[in-house]
Amino acid sequence: MTEKTARSNLAFPHRHLLGIEGLSPDEITLLLDLSEAYVEQNRLEDKKKSTLRGRTLINLFFETSTRTRTSFELAGKRLGADVINMSIATSSIKKGETLLDTAITLNAMHPDVLVVRHPYSGAVKLLSEKVNCAVINGGDGSHEHPTQALLDALTIRRRLGRLSKLTVAICGDVLHSRVARSNIHLLNTMGAHVRVVAPPTLLPASIGRLGVEVFHDMREGLRGCDIVMMLRLQTERMKGSFVPSIREYFHFFGLDYDKLSVAKEDALIMHPGPMNRGIEIDSELADDVGRSVIQEQVEMGVAVRMACLETLASNGVVGSAR
Amino acid sequence: MAAQAEIAFRNARLLDPASGLDQVGDLVVRDGLIAALGPGLPRNAEAGYKEELDCTGMCLAPGLVDMRVQLREPGEEHKETIATASDAAAAGGVTAMVCLPNTNPVIDDVAGIEFVARRAREVKGVKVFAYGALTRDLGGKELTEIGLLAETGALAFTDGERTVTDSLVMRRALSYASTFGVTVIQHPEDPALAAEGDMNEGEIATRLGLSGIPDCAEVMIIERDLHLVALTGGRYHAAHISTAASVEAIRRAKARGLAVSCDTAPPYFALNETSVGDYRTFAKLSPPLRSEEDRKAVVAGLKDGTIDAIASDHAPHDQDSKRVPFSQAAFGAVGLETLLPVSLELCHNGSMPLLEVLARLTQGPANILGLPLGRMEAGAPADLVLFDPDRPWTIDPDAFRSKSKNSPFDGRPVQGRALRTFVGGRTLFDRNGAG
Repeated sequence: MTEKTARSNLAFPHRHLLGIEGLSPDEITLLLDLSEAYVEQNRLEDKKKSTLRGRTLINLFFETSTRTRTSFELAGKRLGADVINMSIATSSIKKGETLLDTAITLNAMHPDVLVVRHPYSGAVKLLSEKVNCAVINGGDGSHEHPTQALLDALTIRRRLGRLSKLTVAICGDVLHSRVARSNIHLLNTMGAHVRVVAPPTLLPASIGRLGVEVFHDMREGLRGCDIVMMLRLQTERMKGSFVPSIREYFHFFGLDYDKLSVAKEDALIMHPGPMNRGIEIDSELADDVGRSVIQEQVEMGVAVRMACLETLASNGVVGSAR
Repeated sequence: MAAQAEIAFRNARLLDPASGLDQVGDLVVRDGLIAALGPGLPRNAEAGYKEELDCTGMCLAPGLVDMRVQLREPGEEHKETIATASDAAAAGGVTAMVCLPNTNPVIDDVAGIEFVARRAREVKGVKVFAYGALTRDLGGKELTEIGLLAETGALAFTDGERTVTDSLVMRRALSYASTFGVTVIQHPEDPALAAEGDMNEGEIATRLGLSGIPDCAEVMIIERDLHLVALTGGRYHAAHISTAASVEAIRRAKARGLAVSCDTAPPYFALNETSVGDYRTFAKLSPPLRSEEDRKAVVAGLKDGTIDAIASDHAPHDQDSKRVPFSQAAFGAVGLETLLPVSLELCHNGSMPLLEVLARLTQGPANILGLPLGRMEAGAPADLVLFDPDRPWTIDPDAFRSKSKNSPFDGRPVQGRALRTFVGGRTLFDRNGAG
């Protein structure tokens, strides 16, 4: 691939990547195309580039994460940036002002990109208003997780060659899921048909207004679809009884070969991870290399994050507002 | 006091909702009382007035009676004090305000009521009254000494921002309070249904990934309470109602002849849930800003008199309580200095005549609380607001007298502004003098 650092800001006129909502099809395509190139590079022996040499990336995680943080760390390092990881336990952010104090403190260290994950919706946007660098939302509450949606889109596009006109069923705990919201926005923007499948207790109010078809029955929801996206049942966010039992949940909403049989013959199975085997997805099915692209999603994650880092780092004109 | 404090207002548009007066004329204040009012009063030949104001083009009305204010004193004086709230009130044309008991300590005993009264005397500002807590420590279980508190001056009883959820406690509260003829004021929101909720349930909450509070959380409590009112014969007031269903429930209850009343606050008729926008914590209110349909129903309720009063619902919060992620932010907005101009929008946009808007701000709340205020008639206290109904200005919280600046109306262009506020004939606020 060629160096693309000289790209015009006009192609991606955003300082931060806080969500998918509001991005145009061209902007999404731009990021996916750039990611595509990085997929190839990441399979080479020498994976390292110097695109972001001298730049500093800080991973600021207010919520535990292994794969997203590692993925961003690897992406930053492969682009030659200096990467710092900061994990801040949720207990110490009980007082919300710590968030802005942290932002102001980190800002004084002149990072070029901040990747932020936070348990509260909107927290990453709030933080982005207080810093001079580019901010990537690594997941905020139940709001958005834009790089996850991008990596899902890249995975689909590489497998099926397109996004438009595909039917995608997003199944499970949509209520608490930022992955679901980002995917709904992205897939709709790119012209796919999106369905959500879950019991009503796990669907947010008026979800249909986001442009999705709503199903409460897995077989109906999966019928004829190209992609089945399973969501993790977010037991840690569960306050009160959303479903009566894990057993009942798996029986009606867990993905197994039987329920999958109504989808298209070659329908792909996706999961943002980490999986609850035997809760939302049958363990054997999750490992079925013929159907499951879960490993591939992880691989695409690094490429997508490289593309996002590069795009924003070159947009932000290093540490100063445009 | 000697008869020195004579003020004559000349050529003002005199507005008194209680008597239906709306005409250009003069008004004379003597010894803190309204001495006379009417068209073309004779000049005082012998002494002349201490002050004679040419009020051409301006309105003179009873000072606003704000029936729902949080003063934060005692306990949270970094957010507001009785003194700063009084200044803010005067600047907003409010001459009497009633505070919620949700201070620290809670106003649930006689000493609490006396404290507010004493501080108000020391501050010498607008008239300050207090509600007593309905239950001890706002715990929702044990009734406070309602009779003794009422004797000391508690105007009515409420658990402030908390809902009395226990139906038996509510039944007894309504029943017992009726002994003393005092009103029980409810914050109507089912806390279990509203649990963890950040904003109105619906598309916007879903897009923002915030947890929603369904609108029925409000009317469910109101409907239950209305049954208890019918059972006990108590007097009931639903505070800051915000939904179409609540307006309809109160409308029907009034038609049935129940002793019920309700108020709303400017955000609920001037804003809707879209004000939350991109996580604006200043628009995080309790009850939450609702749908446009609800907003319209609140306007209709004000118009037909279902909603008796407009209160500011003044809830001061410091920056640390609001400059945080939305779900961690405190509920509430300051309102004393925006009550009049935002309410006047109802008149400017043709929803209600000026006199009707003023009725909800003066006589309406005064009647609910049995206060001899909110009237502009000879012999009444000279608690007055002189305002320009049309003056355009932009709301700027930085210029507020209130210690806290959390207003959802930040930057809103409005029309109409208090120019001078009098309590007992004494000028507490003068926009020209205050700059």
